[in-house]
Amino acid sequence: MKKKVFQLLVENTSGVLSRISGLFSRRGYNIESITAGETADPNVTRITIVASGDDEILDQIEKQVGKLVDVLDIRELKRDQSVYRELALIKVKVSPEERPNLILLADTFRANVIDVSKEGLIIEMTGNSGKINAFLNLIDAYEILELARTGVAGLRRGTDDIINPKVNVN
Amino acid sequence: MNGADIMVKCLEAEGVKDIFGYPGVAIAPFFNSVLDSDINSILVRTEQSAAHAASGYTRGFNTELPGVCAVTSGPGATNLITGIATAYADSIPLVCITGQVNSELLGSDVFQEADITGACESFVKYSYLIKDVDDIPRVFKEAFYVASSGRKGPVLIDVPIDIQQASVKSFKYPDSVEMRTYKPTVKGNMVQMKKVIKELEKCKRPIICAGGGVLLSKGKFELLTFAEKHGIPVVTTMMGLGVIPTEHKLCYGMVGNNGKLYANKAMNDADLIIMAGARVADRAVSQPDLITKNKVMVHIDVDPCEIGKNAGPTIPLVGDIRSIFDDLNTMEYENDYSEWIGTLNEYKINYVRKRNPNPDYVDPAAFIRMLSGEMKKDAIYIADVGQNQIWSCDNVCIKEGKFMTTGGMGTMGYSIPAAIGCKKRRPERQVVAVCGDGAFQMSMCELATARQHGIPVKIVVLTNGYLGMVREYQHFTYQDKYSVVDLSGNPDLEKLSSAYDIGYIRVNNMKEAEKAIKKFLKDDENCIMEVIIDPMDIVK
Repeated sequence: MKKKVFQLLVENTSGVLSRISGLFSRRGYNIESITAGETADPNVTRITIVASGDDEILDQIEKQVGKLVDVLDIRELKRDQSVYRELALIKVKVSPEERPNLILLADTFRANVIDVSKEGLIIEMTGNSGKINAFLNLIDAYEILELARTGVAGLRRGTDDIINPKVNVN
Repeated sequence: MNGADIMVKCLEAEGVKDIFGYPGVAIAPFFNSVLDSDINSILVRTEQSAAHAASGYTRGFNTELPGVCAVTSGPGATNLITGIATAYADSIPLVCITGQVNSELLGSDVFQEADITGACESFVKYSYLIKDVDDIPRVFKEAFYVASSGRKGPVLIDVPIDIQQASVKSFKYPDSVEMRTYKPTVKGNMVQMKKVIKELEKCKRPIICAGGGVLLSKGKFELLTFAEKHGIPVVTTMMGLGVIPTEHKLCYGMVGNNGKLYANKAMNDADLIIMAGARVADRAVSQPDLITKNKVMVHIDVDPCEIGKNAGPTIPLVGDIRSIFDDLNTMEYENDYSEWIGTLNEYKINYVRKRNPNPDYVDPAAFIRMLSGEMKKDAIYIADVGQNQIWSCDNVCIKEGKFMTTGGMGTMGYSIPAAIGCKKRRPERQVVAVCGDGAFQMSMCELATARQHGIPVKIVVLTNGYLGMVREYQHFTYQDKYSVVDLSGNPDLEKLSSAYDIGYIRVNNMKEAEKAIKKFLKDDENCIMEVIIDPMDIVK
């Protein structure tokens, strides 16, 4: 099983997300994560999908998604040519005595503490998925009460080959 | 003027002359507006038939203009689903219009509400739920374009009743489609085409496998010109039957597990295969790795997804079949394949039919050879689904006419409504539907449609009192333990024909066959020919 990160630009029509997620479920493709949000053009949504499968499946994913009428463009965000980021909000149970230790760990990972209560705190952390996983591993002695991860968003590095939907897209 | 009037004007602008439908309150404004136009509505007897009839209609004329059907919301729309899915599996262009409940009530589960765009998502090429009356012209323009371009397919337009009733000041149909997301590739890549020619120059045993895509792109003539120019043998898939006349010297039959042995042998022995408009599905090619092993495979398809989906090609070539063969025809090369043709002819001559027909009944294989031989040169033969379909594909003799069936979805009951639609589009052609007694009963309500609208179709019913294909499967798989395949409640077809006031001919054995077929085909009136076949017969 390989993993690929795909960047999609889609027409912001009602039902576009269900069309894409429906395609994955009915063809049995695996989505590891999916994120969506507006681009500079409000009519266009950027979706980042992390998918897994063998080479043939990943090739079919790219082609089948590209075929959907609402999809302007799909391309792989290759690891060496792209940046990936994910946001995680982690609510950890921690006593006031233990708190400074946890905050120190968070600092080391350049994560922020954004809420503190008597019995716990919320850590906000951004990074690639590997960094977030590493941090979660590190704090596994603590009880994680709630965890919210956004999934990967990504962009290609540099300014070449930018897809501008207003210009003709092939 | 209201939304419904605009919908009708859009259809007129697209050149639509006939629509197949079934009304209900949610589509009533539309059917009211149709009355004031030149568009002719044909009332089918169940909604599924509306989609099949529209399919036969568009296939009757090379799928140039999508077939159109219109039904009401809720059960009307859900009844249409099988027809839409059938068209999708066979890449047939349809524009399906459904009425919908008032847009303000959407999502509140009111009477006859069904989320039809949601339900059909996985088997429409695209769908629209119109929420603004001013969108109607753009949506219709796009729907006809999307349905009939690239890889063709059904497009659904769901129109709430209040949108049909909303008043509109003026109507302007867009001249062109502006869809930045949808741009199918038509022209083939020149570099890839040069590679194809280079390989053809080198190879010794090339073969073209033509699928339904050749007919959909109207590329039959261009493909044949290419095959004839270089002497390349041609086999077809089930959906590609009719691309090359059966008696053509380069025709080596249908491939697949229901195809000709020599056609499959030809595919296996070839050192170069040109797959044209075929998706290499399980019934045509049961072992895709075999057809790519030790050979060059060129895969031509307008849908890039099909290339490499079931078999990895050596040379992928995306584009419209007609356009690609047009280009290939301008490129010259020399090669002599006569030795290969000699081998294939030997395979063909040495082919022995294994069938052992029971003389007390009609032999369906011989009967279909005789029937299609007697049919007019340009006749259209529509096969249903089941044993009748396999006998048809294996034995039909296609001259200059067409052969239609649903190879992708395999929907029983397709042939009669499709024949009605087809005959409506091509009244000058002889249209013959061939079905079994199971499939016939799924669509026999449409006899009334044919009668009411004066559409004379010829219907052949192969009667064996069983769901034969499943019975055959149970014979082999479950050692003759038959489960739910007995059709002994069958109606008396002679009485049924007389109830509908149409002709009836019965054929009990092969001695009666020739005379009966001549009588059956002599005029242009509705007629049912019931052919009694051995209930225990198997297809091969």
